[in-house]
Amino acid sequence: MTALVEIKDLQVHFPIVRGVVFDRVVGHVKAVDGVTLSVPRGKTYGLVGESGCGKTTLGRALLRLVEPTGGSVLFDGNDLTSLSPPALRGMRRRMQMIFQDPLSSLDPRQNVESILTEGLAAHGIGADRAERRDIVCETLDAVGLPRWALSRYPHEFSGGQRQRIGIARAIVLHPDLIVADEPVSALDVSIQAQVLNLLAKLQAERELTYLVIAHDLAVVRHISDVVGVMYLGALVEEASSTELYQRPLHPYTKALMSAVPVPDPLVEERRERILLSGDLPSPANPPSGCRFRTRCPWAQERCAQERPELRVLAEGHTVACHFAEEIENG
Amino acid sequence: MALLEVEDLGVTFHADRDVRAVDGVSFAVDAGKVVGLVGESGCGKSVTSLALIGLLPNQNTKRVRVDGSAKFDGLDLLRADRRTLRDIRGREIAMIFQDPLSSLNPVVPIGVQVAEVLIRHRGIGKHEAERRSAELLDRVGIPDPRRRLKEYPHQLSGGMRQRALIAMAVACRPRLLIADEPTTALDVTIQAQILELLKELVREDGTALIMITHDLGVVAGLCDSVNVLYAGRVVESAGRHELFAHPTHPYTVGLLNSIPRLDALRGEELTPIRGSVRDVLAWSAGCAFAPRCDRAIETCLTGPPSLEGTNHSFRCVNPEVVP
Amino acid sequence: MTPDNLTPEAASGATAPEQRQDESSGLKGLTPKAKKQRLDRLAELAAVHADEKGRSLWAEAFRRVRKNPAAVIGAIVLLLFVLVAIIGPFLVPYSPTSTAWADQVKEGQNIIPGPSSEHWFGLDHNGRDEFSRVIVGARQTLLVGVVATSLGLLVGCLLGGLAGSAYALGGRRGRQVDNAIMRVVDMLLAMPSLLLAVSVAALLGPSLITVMIAVGVISVPVFARLLRGSMIAQGHAEYVTAATALGVRRGRIALGHVLPNSLAPVLVQATLTLATAIIEAAALSFLGLGNPDPAVPEWGVMLTDALTRLEVAPRLTIYPAVGIIITAFGFTLLGEAMREALDPKLRK
Repeated sequence: MTALVEIKDLQVHFPIVRGVVFDRVVGHVKAVDGVTLSVPRGKTYGLVGESGCGKTTLGRALLRLVEPTGGSVLFDGNDLTSLSPPALRGMRRRMQMIFQDPLSSLDPRQNVESILTEGLAAHGIGADRAERRDIVCETLDAVGLPRWALSRYPHEFSGGQRQRIGIARAIVLHPDLIVADEPVSALDVSIQAQVLNLLAKLQAERELTYLVIAHDLAVVRHISDVVGVMYLGALVEEASSTELYQRPLHPYTKALMSAVPVPDPLVEERRERILLSGDLPSPANPPSGCRFRTRCPWAQERCAQERPELRVLAEGHTVACHFAEEIENG
Repeated sequence: MALLEVEDLGVTFHADRDVRAVDGVSFAVDAGKVVGLVGESGCGKSVTSLALIGLLPNQNTKRVRVDGSAKFDGLDLLRADRRTLRDIRGREIAMIFQDPLSSLNPVVPIGVQVAEVLIRHRGIGKHEAERRSAELLDRVGIPDPRRRLKEYPHQLSGGMRQRALIAMAVACRPRLLIADEPTTALDVTIQAQILELLKELVREDGTALIMITHDLGVVAGLCDSVNVLYAGRVVESAGRHELFAHPTHPYTVGLLNSIPRLDALRGEELTPIRGSVRDVLAWSAGCAFAPRCDRAIETCLTGPPSLEGTNHSFRCVNPEVVP
Repeated sequence: MTPDNLTPEAASGATAPEQRQDESSGLKGLTPKAKKQRLDRLAELAAVHADEKGRSLWAEAFRRVRKNPAAVIGAIVLLLFVLVAIIGPFLVPYSPTSTAWADQVKEGQNIIPGPSSEHWFGLDHNGRDEFSRVIVGARQTLLVGVVATSLGLLVGCLLGGLAGSAYALGGRRGRQVDNAIMRVVDMLLAMPSLLLAVSVAALLGPSLITVMIAVGVISVPVFARLLRGSMIAQGHAEYVTAATALGVRRGRIALGHVLPNSLAPVLVQATLTLATAIIEAAALSFLGLGNPDPAVPEWGVMLTDALTRLEVAPRLTIYPAVGIIITAFGFTLLGEAMREALDPKLRK
């Protein structure tokens, strides 16, 4: 099993600019601060974390929709961070994106046919209009949209159908990788499952590799093979989906999992909740040492001084916590 | 007698064509209890709550018609005049909205906004109000309340804003609290904090709470009884344990089967409900859910099904399990 | 809407002949498979109809404009105005420049004949038929308004579009380009509009073209700022990111996505500017910067001429003034209606 994407020590720092006439950089928001991970070919890597943890920025930096300020992204052996703009544009055929809000990510003045053929035209796929239309129709079938959708505009569809259009746009180029940023969180509950099942079906049919970014642990667990948990710009834990949910080791993962409501009153009553105090610290001024220490119920002196590195605690299970073993053993 | 008794509440919007957003919704809320209104977008759950406190846009004009009754401690909220309602709102009934940022005045410090509620409804002095505001912020778990009082909404995080809003809502110890998706905009860890806070308020003050949400997980952990809404009508209503143990209406069952659960075995198939919320049938023609329902039979199309049962009622002619 | 074969009457077996057919196609006595099909059909009926064609946002907006009574009134006013401007000169009873009745006007004695059956609006101070002048004047006024606004729109959109696309998609260099263009535009904006127009007029000498250019130049910064702002806002939209992720070229994104989505506020502004352009043109003519040839009627010039004789014949100021007001009002109504129709917040 080889990795399709290898991210090494990726950093995205946004400058904080002040000044009326002349811009002055007064600091940096470290949205992504040294993330290393690899996405295995044909599998789904799930990235979870709360808002402001940098997961969305990481996904966009991977595709160079946001310029990384450090580190490298290897996509099938090519370093994306050093590609020239034309080479990058060519490479985009192989890596696509699905957005959270299907309405705002579709141009309201384009009809579905135009949305779906745009990528084909940009990469010179399909000789003429008829051939492109065939490809588009085949894609519509794949995502479960009727043919008459072609002449319609995004605002004429329901949320779930719009997300299908977004997915169709992503797969019409037959990419290898799809970065899905919160693909279901804007949808109604009864529609979410339709889209999740569709993503699974397409992966099986087209051997797609997914990087799914979401805040909903249940969703991520459902579709991912490997899950990474992010907190304040860094990965704090990574494990296979089953392993992570059976044996969360990082205090943040534990808290996150205990906070997810389960639609079963009996489970809800029995559960032990780890209530985190306070809010996410500002990524412009992260705490010293372990970033989670300000909210961690187990924080100790060492946590303030030393930033914990990701350590392998079991096969395929890495954790960035000084006291993971102690916490697990009580 | 229950604190709030809603009977046959209906809301019709007169636009190009009449839209019956809420249709014959009945439920009761007792002091110290939590009632859940659950449904997806457009099911009428928010309209219900707004109609109760007279805050629907254009309410009492020709463009909106509200019928039925909502007896709050004997007083019919739907027939009450504006001044009575205004006095009740904030003092007896308070509301918490989904988006705390747009519910707070951006140019007024938090402290002033909380104190304002106290001064207005409790008629106490400015100093006293300020002291009480600090206590309230402390109670809802805002650290360093004295300092926070002077801050503006944009200086607070989403969770803190929602806490501030809750502080304003509970400032006058209302007897009924209506929370409209109070945690939807928040992260899970913050959501857990807010839900815990709401539980505490209900437990300690005996406040009644109407919880409006789309999240069945939230309902399972918080509500004593649950009403599932679809296309403006209650389709299933039961106690919390009963509902989750024996979901009966195909819509409720469909909702439960379509969300991935954290405690389920991995790889378990999800069974989505087909179609979308737009694919509704007018209730007058049959069951609104029939176009999306796998259990639909011919009777579903012959007229509106009635809500059957007392403790566990459901509106379906071909229910999932007969309890 | 209920499909007729599903009404309760049909299912309960009503006897009307046209309903019998419905009954036979009702749901009773169907095999499960057929029933399933019927239900699927029902689902389709409840959903959108497959046979209609999609409606673009512009089509939807047009539909909403048509439903708005203010827009209809505005459109009718404008239509009349345009009609008068085009065919008016062929219909007027007398030539607008003919001074055939000059002997009836005795300015020394303050006599300017008022409305009569021969001269509906009376005569002006030179003994010309006022009605004919007002009608023919509409053409000049419309011409000034349309040409001036088009000029402003064209130059403004060029500058604003360039700056906007440079800023939104050009990275660091783009921001510098934008900065340079917008400072020039800001200079235009900083100058009082009338002063600007007077300087242009002073430079080119008084003529109708001067007025058009002057009024056009005034509106350039407005259009430029508006389009640039709108494009920058659209540049942050998610669908621009989506197009980038798709591998679409930046130029194509700017022209194919950002620009069309940014035009709505500019078009609304253009309609509103037409109204002010007419008033401003009138003001310039009023100041004596317009067409120096008094023989060609234009509402602004007519107003100027009439003003000195306000005490003698106040009606002479009223006719062109009312013309200007009604026209500006028509444009404003239509513009406001368009603004409402194109506002994404009001869209369902």
